[in-house]
Amino acid sequence: MSIEKNEEFRPKIVAFCCNWCSYAGADLAGSSRMSYSADVKIIRVPCSCRVNPMFILRAFERGADGVIMCGCHPGDCHYTSGNFYARRRMTLLFSMLDYIGVENGRTRVEWVSAAEGAKFSQTMHEFVDKITSLGKNVRLEDLRCRN
Amino acid sequence: MQELINRAKELLADGTVARVLGWKAGDLPYNPEPAYFEKEEDFADFVYNGFCGANLSKYMIEASKLEGKTLVCLKPCDTYSFQELMKEHRVDRDKAYIIGVGCKGKLDIEKIKAMGIKGIKSISGAEIDDEAETLTIDTIYGEKSCAYKDAMLERCHVCKGKDHMIFDEIIGESKETKDADRFAEVEKIEAMSPEEKFAFFQKELSKCIRCNACRNVCPACSCRKCVFDSNKFDSAQKANVDSFEEKMFHIIRAFHVAGRCTDCGECSRVCPQGIPLHLFNRKFIKDINELYGEYQAGADLEPRTPLTDYRFEDAEPGIVAERG
Repeated sequence: MSIEKNEEFRPKIVAFCCNWCSYAGADLAGSSRMSYSADVKIIRVPCSCRVNPMFILRAFERGADGVIMCGCHPGDCHYTSGNFYARRRMTLLFSMLDYIGVENGRTRVEWVSAAEGAKFSQTMHEFVDKITSLGKNVRLEDLRCRN
Repeated sequence: MQELINRAKELLADGTVARVLGWKAGDLPYNPEPAYFEKEEDFADFVYNGFCGANLSKYMIEASKLEGKTLVCLKPCDTYSFQELMKEHRVDRDKAYIIGVGCKGKLDIEKIKAMGIKGIKSISGAEIDDEAETLTIDTIYGEKSCAYKDAMLERCHVCKGKDHMIFDEIIGESKETKDADRFAEVEKIEAMSPEEKFAFFQKELSKCIRCNACRNVCPACSCRKCVFDSNKFDSAQKANVDSFEEKMFHIIRAFHVAGRCTDCGECSRVCPQGIPLHLFNRKFIKDINELYGEYQAGADLEPRTPLTDYRFEDAEPGIVAERG
């Protein structure tokens, strides 16, 4: 007797969503019955500015294949300017990841408002497809976290 | 150097300053160490020569808490760090009497050793009054010599300039030593393929023994409690058990000083494993210059630094992928 294994690659995707826009956007996608991949795991943060560069690196370490950060559109931040700071930080961090040779398609920032359920669903579809084509993240993971 | 010692003694004697922060001779001819001088007789082992690379501005954080003024000797590049610390309210300008000391480029003993010059007994030609053209090195295998320029620290080849940004008085001549492009090395890496980049950094960072010297010496790394010492994060003093931790440490270390790093090059100078840590800092500086306008940390007292400022029309993070 043998157990059938599903060897198909399913990426693990972490999405940091700001409480005020993108998380509500994800909610709207759900309540409007728009689907997005179950591979996306959402972590709610108070503001996109709360996302410490270390969060993103840790997510990769613990086995994420892609990390996406969603926040309010620039100018619409609930705290006035948090996403502007986050934007500069993420630009520099992504550039550094590219510099040390981690494929830059594994990270993404997208601005999704609370009214953009469709955009949320579409963005996640695109991102999952992109990560699926890139395959497993092997460059930034901690071998001990491999399951 | 005698002029510097005399002036320091004078200021100490008339009570303008309570102590002098300078360099004293180490146990080898090429490793002077930062030290306080409080009495006239302490000055017997005061030195200031080509090996005094240590940036004393970080020591002023602690010295600012002491009673009375501290005379501090700062090289041109150290004054950038001092000014950056002033901006962050980490040092007290009123507690410092800054003597801007001349600098003709600082020396890297590893470069001298790499030339095959070993068993060094003494080195001449590195004194600040010297012309800084050639070094004469007396070794147990006889006398050797090398060009001053060939033994210079990497950071001095991309010198920011010989002007002191902040000082009370200047003693000694400085010399322009810049002869290389600051971002040439960074550009070389950027041009590599992702596999090459990854292999390059893997090779460099796997040498890291996590001694934290780069963090401890950095004038920008001045948090009272460092994230890498915090037991709330699992990064606390973790030995390098896997390649991820090394990368994590170095990316975050550089990230935490991004926009505040003056590119003083101390991290690379103190690394016992010879990891070119400045490549991380310079990558951030290059990105900041390209995306948010030319910026030199510590060149002014403007409180907004690139990462504590924003423009509505800033580039989106997607630009990284577009640039390729």
